[in-house]
Amino acid sequence: MNSAQMLLAAPEFWVLVMTCVIMIVDLFLSKQRQGIIHMLAMLTLVFAAIITLRGDYLVDGVLSVTAFAESFIRDPMGDVLKVFSFVLLGLIYTYAKYYLRCFKMFRADYYTLSLFALLGIMLLISANSMLMIYLGLELISLSIYALVAFDRNSSRGSESAMKYFVLGSMASGMLLYGMSMIYGATGSLNLVDIARALDSVGSNDVLLVFGLVFVVVGIAFKFGAVPFHMWIPDVYEGAPAAVTLLISSIPKLAAFAMAYRFLNSGLGDLHIHWQGMLASMAVLSIIVGNLAAIMQSNIKRMLAYSTISHMGFVFLGLIPNSAFGFGASMYYVIVYGIMSVAAFGMIILLSSRGEEAENLEDFKGLNQRNPYYAAIMGLVMFSMAGVPPMVGFFAKLMVLKAVIDAGMMWLAVTAVVFAVIGAFYYLRVIKYMYFDDPEIEIDMTAPVDFGAALTMNGLMIIGLGIFSSSLITICMASFGI
Amino acid sequence: MNGPMNGFLLSILIWLPILGAVGVLMVGESRPALARGLALLLSSATFLLGLPLFSSFDTSTAAMQFVEFRPWIEAFNIHYKLGVDGFSAPLILLTMFFGVLVVIAGWRSITKNVSQYMAAFLVLEGLMIGVFAALDGLLFYIFFEAMLIPMFLVIGIWGGPQRVYATIKFFLYTFMGSVFMLIGIIYLYIQSGSWDILAWHQMPLALGVQKWLFLGFLSAFAVKIPMFPVHTWLPDAHVEAPTGGSVILAAIMLKIGGYGFIRFSLPITPDASAALDWLVIGLSLIAVVYIGLVALVQKDMKKLIAYSSISHMGFVTLGLFVAFSIFRNTGGVAGAALGVEGAMVQMVSHGFISGALFLTVGVLYDRVHSRMIKDYGGVANTMPWFAVLAVFFLMANSGLPGTSGFVGEFMVILSAFQANFWFAFLAALTLILGAAYSLWLAKRVIFGAVTNREVQNLQDINAREALVLGSLAVAILVVGLWPQPLVEMMHASVDQLLQHIVQSKVL
Repeated sequence: MNSAQMLLAAPEFWVLVMTCVIMIVDLFLSKQRQGIIHMLAMLTLVFAAIITLRGDYLVDGVLSVTAFAESFIRDPMGDVLKVFSFVLLGLIYTYAKYYLRCFKMFRADYYTLSLFALLGIMLLISANSMLMIYLGLELISLSIYALVAFDRNSSRGSESAMKYFVLGSMASGMLLYGMSMIYGATGSLNLVDIARALDSVGSNDVLLVFGLVFVVVGIAFKFGAVPFHMWIPDVYEGAPAAVTLLISSIPKLAAFAMAYRFLNSGLGDLHIHWQGMLASMAVLSIIVGNLAAIMQSNIKRMLAYSTISHMGFVFLGLIPNSAFGFGASMYYVIVYGIMSVAAFGMIILLSSRGEEAENLEDFKGLNQRNPYYAAIMGLVMFSMAGVPPMVGFFAKLMVLKAVIDAGMMWLAVTAVVFAVIGAFYYLRVIKYMYFDDPEIEIDMTAPVDFGAALTMNGLMIIGLGIFSSSLITICMASFGI
Repeated sequence: MNGPMNGFLLSILIWLPILGAVGVLMVGESRPALARGLALLLSSATFLLGLPLFSSFDTSTAAMQFVEFRPWIEAFNIHYKLGVDGFSAPLILLTMFFGVLVVIAGWRSITKNVSQYMAAFLVLEGLMIGVFAALDGLLFYIFFEAMLIPMFLVIGIWGGPQRVYATIKFFLYTFMGSVFMLIGIIYLYIQSGSWDILAWHQMPLALGVQKWLFLGFLSAFAVKIPMFPVHTWLPDAHVEAPTGGSVILAAIMLKIGGYGFIRFSLPITPDASAALDWLVIGLSLIAVVYIGLVALVQKDMKKLIAYSSISHMGFVTLGLFVAFSIFRNTGGVAGAALGVEGAMVQMVSHGFISGALFLTVGVLYDRVHSRMIKDYGGVANTMPWFAVLAVFFLMANSGLPGTSGFVGEFMVILSAFQANFWFAFLAALTLILGAAYSLWLAKRVIFGAVTNREVQNLQDINAREALVLGSLAVAILVVGLWPQPLVEMMHASVDQLLQHIVQSKVL
């Protein structure tokens, strides 16, 4: 292990060190000065982003560099995903700080646990061997299990943490089982070696296909694709909004990276097998997610089902196994992260009276209470529904193009029809905000940084739509287009 | 064609109202007068700046004018490409004209969230101009869809009692129609590597593919225009929308459907249009006759005008698609030009007339707060000036010679004669039906004895209302008596379109 290899993983080391520093600093802080923790965590993110962006590891012609016996990979795709994880986590911290203060739960554990989750996300994004994938995945999962139960006094939180833990362990077990079969068939843990071994083993080896099925189950669980979606609504609802915010956004970025590395870099030759599995799960997710969301009156559950349908769209881009498709999926998942963080940020904003704004009715008359925040929520909802010129439209456009490119017109038609059906529940939120009169007069003053973060988030949604070229180009460039 | 601003005139017309709307929003709800004034200033400025579109329009060419071309999403060859020809220029002028009128029309009647109301209409105006000016397929789609957002809010916030139902129905109908078009244009992009609509015009396509594409376009534009049987959103939306919303919906938004046929369906899929023209003509004739009959039995004035709109828009689709029958009958396109030009004149004329009729109902509604026919009667006794204008508009609606309503319908019927006698016969029924429902409405609302105290206490129109309705009456008369400039403007484009669509582009 030489220093050049260590340098490749510098962002990961930085986050790890800083997390430990925050844990130690917390021991010496009095209750009044805990704001320092927040500052330290934000500082960690800023420098992590700088370190990531300054990594000049690429010499011309080389698209990726590996380290630690090829189990760690550094490439532009990983860097982009990591930087967006930092940006999104920065927004999440700004929203969460306000929430935690309101609900008297401001403890350093939130920051350390979520930074550990971030470390897991970074490892998973850069994982190039099955061992590293599993390590990253478990680091994310264990941190999030604990975060879901962050509110010690909430029985709902504990219940959903338990549920998540049991189902998550099952999924991890399945993934491990699948990995062991693939290891048995190919004799390697390293994804590149697996790909090489597949050439000689062939794509119809029963053991391999069996292994693949379990691996796909593991991936689908992480995404929350139907039929492995059961945990999503309960966990979203049970967890405190500050945690739901986290669960719904950045882990999906890592899940995308995992899917890409596993399915393309490792098991690309088995495309003919996993294509059908993903296609059926994508269609089911889009159908079930959109239909179930219509019936929800709890906004967190509604957004949970909306996540499920969005993950169906992310799957659409994976199906063709083309560079363009992966670029489109990556774009979708980043865009989804931005929209989802904004939506939960709004929920936190409305929760300020010491009670979570869980019901759609809580949005009633928002336009009359505060037209500015209503407009931001409106942008988020139209974007999620896929109405141009919001960025959500461009995300859908890209994955649809990928699918039509691959000749799967029926998938595209199903997806758009259910996207229209799905538009209904987003419109319903707008209806509550704009067409109904407010029932309660509550104070909606948020701290300056909260308002600034939400404004930036809203501007990203419309700005990245009208000037969509930048982010699309970055995502496509990660795959050499 | 060579003014100093012509290079980016269209961009100004699109973005001035949209960015101005942000300014109007910032005024806030505490100063409604300022919001109104600013909105009037912006829409008038847009109208005045847009006049060169008419004055320096070159009528001798079918090529695109005032073209703008900038890269937008270069990775996918998506461009910010704008331009106008004889089809889009008149419709943009119509849009800008109504942009000013709706601001004036909503001056007093809107008291809730004034700045948001004005901003919504400014955004809408910019987006509609964008739809007519876009020459890039994706750019068109974005304007086409984005338009739904302000309209959805306008109906939902300032609408009548059933507004939520009506506006969600409106949104979902239009959204459902247009996503199929989205798939169609993505397919076209994949095949051609370009989003340029004009490049798609030249692109050869197999007949089977053309048919699917045609159906995709049809689903988007048939809902928008709207054609039978996907018209049911329109009466609801019209009835519930505030007056300004109804006016824009009827005067401009419906035209976008007709424009879409001209810009997409006919030139991109001419062979499929020829093969499936029976479908469009059949649905158009059903709209003209059946919906005309439906209009006859309405109890609600706005609903009656809404059904009358559907029936009149049937003429537009009829005029556009009889060309193929004429070509099959005669081997030439001589008579077909009359149909297409008639359809265009009908669109412009219907814009004026339906807008005027909705404003007339708005005038009554502001005073009596009812749209029901039975609540009126003898309005002429208390509002004589209003009655003159209203009767004039209703006459125009029934196609009285001398008004613009006559010109378009007459041209389409003449053209339909050359295609098939029965097409013309059924279409001509509208002259009877239209007269029946329009004049019967006039009889029940305007004439007769004063029926109740509400009518007894009516005040005649004030100067502001007289200005709005009067300018529309002038426009209707000008187009009716002297349609030549309008027809000349589109002549070259119509010729080129017809030359284009009779040539097969099957692979």
